This record gives sequence, structure tokens and C-alpha cells, in this order.
Amino acid sequence: MGNLPQLDVKSLGERAKVIRNHIIRMLAKSGSGHPGSSLSTVDLLVTLFYNKLRHNPQMPAWPDRDRFILSKGHACPALYAVLAERGYFEVSKLDTLRQFGSMLQGHPCMKTTPGIEISGGSLGQGLSVGIGIALAARLDKKDYRTYVMLGDGELEEGQIWEAAMASSHFKLDNLCAIIDHNDLQIDGSIRDIMSPHPIPDKWKSFGWHTLEIDGHDYPSITTAYSEAENTKGRPTVIIAKTIKGKGVSFMENQVDWHGKTPSKEEAERAFAELK
Amino acid sequence: MTEMIATRQAYGDALVEFGEKNKAIVVLDADLSKSTTTAKFGKKYPDRFFNMGIAEANMIGTAAGLATCGKIPFVSSFSIFATGRAWEQIRNTVCYSGVNVRIVATHSGVSVGPDGASHQCIEDLSLMRTIPTMTVIEPCDAVETRKSIMAAIDYKGPLYIRLGRAAVPVLTKKEDPFVIGKANVLRTGNDVAIVACGALVAHALTAADILQKEGIQASVVNMHTLKPLDDKTLLEVAKRTKAVVTAEQHVLDGGLGSAIASILSRNYPLPVEMIGIDNRFGQSGDPDVLFKEYHLLPEDIVIAAKRAIGRKQL
Repeated sequence: MGNLPQLDVKSLGERAKVIRNHIIRMLAKSGSGHPGSSLSTVDLLVTLFYNKLRHNPQMPAWPDRDRFILSKGHACPALYAVLAERGYFEVSKLDTLRQFGSMLQGHPCMKTTPGIEISGGSLGQGLSVGIGIALAARLDKKDYRTYVMLGDGELEEGQIWEAAMASSHFKLDNLCAIIDHNDLQIDGSIRDIMSPHPIPDKWKSFGWHTLEIDGHDYPSITTAYSEAENTKGRPTVIIAKTIKGKGVSFMENQVDWHGKTPSKEEAERAFAELK
Repeated sequence: MTEMIATRQAYGDALVEFGEKNKAIVVLDADLSKSTTTAKFGKKYPDRFFNMGIAEANMIGTAAGLATCGKIPFVSSFSIFATGRAWEQIRNTVCYSGVNVRIVATHSGVSVGPDGASHQCIEDLSLMRTIPTMTVIEPCDAVETRKSIMAAIDYKGPLYIRLGRAAVPVLTKKEDPFVIGKANVLRTGNDVAIVACGALVAHALTAADILQKEGIQASVVNMHTLKPLDDKTLLEVAKRTKAVVTAEQHVLDGGLGSAIASILSRNYPLPVEMIGIDNRFGQSGDPDVLFKEYHLLPEDIVIAAKRAIGRKQL
């Protein structure tokens, strides 16, 4: 039950490329969705799903599995691609993203997609669900862990801070928040729209073990996940500095690519870069 | 003299009773556990009780997480905060996910009394009814509250139970049936049907007594489940009486009256009169005074019944 052998840095990079290709192809086909926000999460997700999570794609409801919640649900193309590549469902399903009748809804739906722990898409809500799962683990004396990925713009939601308070109040060391800190939200830079800075100071003051890493550097990501697991008595937040649109030069750090999909020609240019 | 018990008291007792055997039951509250009476459960089973502080949105999400792991979370606050503050969390995280969260909210209606309009939730039935897949229940007394909690434990899907602060008469007996989605006909008469929920069921029965003295025979239906609504029983009674009065401690928009009028207008159009709060907020005062002010008394139901009868097609 559980994982494939650990992947080295080179293999993780190869897997990430495959995922990024899927994301571009899916979004070019669907004609709507969020490429920038999906691409920034890929290296964090690949490291988690290949080298960290205790899970079994053949048994998505295995009670002892580690849980992953994508609270920034609009980045679900990345998660769908990772789930498909890990064997939760056929890779060919990825091309049905956002289509009528598809198992892959525009935002995560737990009823249609194996591997989705809770339906989402409305920002600010995933960390609270993670608290419930972490409390259930404690009640059942189980050692599974819960990971919740948040966006940095999402930190503007008040519920995040309710959840941040409760997580440390309950000393949930089996809970890990991962912040995809790509600096951009739909309307512009998070600094300009509604600054959540200083982000590390806020989480520290809420009682969290706080790590800051490069969210595209596999050794740093791996070390952070291990440190989170080994930190006892309080939850850990990994503030992962990322690049929105990472891997596709013309999308990188461009706010316009938050919710715009590539044309056929743009997709071809992206594929060329992602070879 | 009829025994008077607040439905919220019966709730806390039921949690303690059923929580003893069923270890999957967990209870969450948002710093109102003494008022909602979930503190009774918390005292007995501290490991399975989570006081989430004054943070209702987070509480609903936490309950959803617990439910995904097979727990049976009962989540409580005052109905204005549970359903109003956290509506979108209930809609997206609980109902859209289809997880078995039980939201049991107290202090609904103007019978909250002195706390005033800010704490008198008169919109919750409407707020909860509109969410796809949500089940909505308002028991009429303490005995029925216990049964609704028992039924909620094994019920599949999200569920909302509306309770009150003030003591209300115990109308039902332990042996009376309670099935979610199945209305109870408390009295049968052929002149008019009074369909009520919650505290207004007692007023409906009193109204039926008054009407009987005047030679008018009223049916009284306890529509404890507003959704899914028992349209079969409703239509049976409506076809027999040809006039209907609805009665609830809620705004007229979107509550029991709206639900019943909607079914009747599509299936069996007939005169419908509604007892409820008409586009106003509540205010401070004793529950009895407020019932009078907002026209929720048996006398008001009597007037409405006569009006409905007067509108019947000759």
C-alpha cells in the first residue's frame, strides 16, 4: 500500500514537464480555466504526490491515506493532471476538462473525481476542512497527514485566519498548509490589490511553524515536507515562492494569464518550451 | 397543564443520550454551547466536543472535514450565525460535497425575545431550503426534537434542524411516528387545513379548538420536514378541505408558506392564507408579546382560516 519508489530531482523535473504539457493541452482545448495559477503549483504537487503522500490511487477512499486539499480550487487542471498520471483515472479523461458531463468539473468536485477530498473552488474554505480531517485522525488515533494548498491571494479571505487560529489552538501537527506564493491575483499584484504581507510574520504570530522556500526547487520542497512532518505540537505552513505561469516564458509573472487560456498557436509555442 | 420544554434543551439531552452508544457522533459549537445546550455533550464527552470559538465559517468547514472521515458532526450555533454567516460554506463545502453534516441551530424566530432583531433569525428556513440537496426540519416540541436528532444520525446527506430558545408545550408522545419527509396529521376536519411547523403547531391546535367551538372543522398538519416536503399528505388534506392556512415563525418569503403555496399552485390551486412575518425585522420583547405584535397567535390563525374558507369557490 502506498508509494512508488522515490523519484530523484531529474525524474521529478520530467514528471513536472509532463504535467505542464497536460495543463496547456487541457486548457487550450477547454477554452476556459486558469493556466497561470495551475502552472505555479506543479513542482509542489509533483513532489508531494510522487515522493511524499501515503496514498493508493487504486483505493482513493483508503482510510489511512494522507489527504491533499486544493483550497485554491481554480488550479485544478494541475491537480487533475497529477491525479491522472498517478493512476486515479485515465489520462485521456484530461481532455474532457470543463465539458458537459465530464468527471473533471471547472472546479474540484469530490463526487465526480477520484482523489478529490472535498468539493471546492470558493476561496478560503479548504484549510477549515483540513482541520476537520486532522481532528478525525487524532480521534481515530491514525497517523495520516493532511496537506492543504492555499493561494497567496486567498489569504485575503477572513476564514483562512479563523482556520489558522484554530489549527494552532488544537496543536494540529498532522496538518500542513502550503502557500503557492506567486504574488498575483486576478486583478493584479497582491501588493496592489490587498496586501497580505508580511505573510511569514502573520503565520508565526498565529502559532504556526513557518517555512519559506523556493516552490520550484525540488530539494527545498522535499526538505520542507519532511520538516513539516517532523514538527510536533503545532501545524506547519510552507510559504513557497513561485512564479505564476512557471515553465511557459510568455505566461510567467503575467497577471493576464490568471484566467485566460492559450490559443492553438500559443499552445504550440508552450509545448515547444516544455519539451 | 401541558409540560413546557424548549426544543434546544431536548437537543442537548438527545446528544448526550445518543452520543453514549454512537462514538462517531462529534459536536461543534461556536462559543454558544451553554445556550444551544451542546455543553451537556461537551461535559460528558470532552474528546468529541470542539468549541470552535466565535468563527462559524471555519466551524462549518471543520465539520465537513470530520464528516469525510466517517464522523457524524452535529454543528450548532444560533440560527442567524449558523445559516446566515456561514451560508456559502454550507452551500459549497457541505451541500455541494454532499457530506453528512448536521446543522442544528437554536434561537430561531422572534421567540428569542429580549435579544432583539439581530439575534432573531426569521430567514433560516428560506436560506436552507434554497440549497440543492439540503434537508430542512423544524420539530414542534421537545419529544419530536429528540426523534429528529435520532433520525439525523443515520440520515444520508446534509441536514438542517431548526430549534427555539423559549419553552414550548409538549404536544407529541414518545410513541408517535417521526419519519423525515413524512408529515404528521394531528387533527382531521374537512373545512380548512392548517399546516404549521415548529412553535406554531401548538398555536394551530389551539386555533382548531377555537374554530371547532364555532362549528368549523379544521385539519392540523405538523409539517416538521419542510424539505423534502410531503406533498402527498399535503395534497390529500388540501383536496379534502379545499382551503389551506400555513403558519410559521418565519418571514413569508421562502419558508413553509412559500413551499406549500408552490406545491398547491402547481398541483391543486385553492385559497391559501399565510401566517408569518411580513417583511419586518423582529425586536426586543417577551415572546408572547412578540407573537401578538407579529400576528402569530391562534387568534390570527383563526382569522386566516375564516378568510381562506370565505375564498373557496362556490
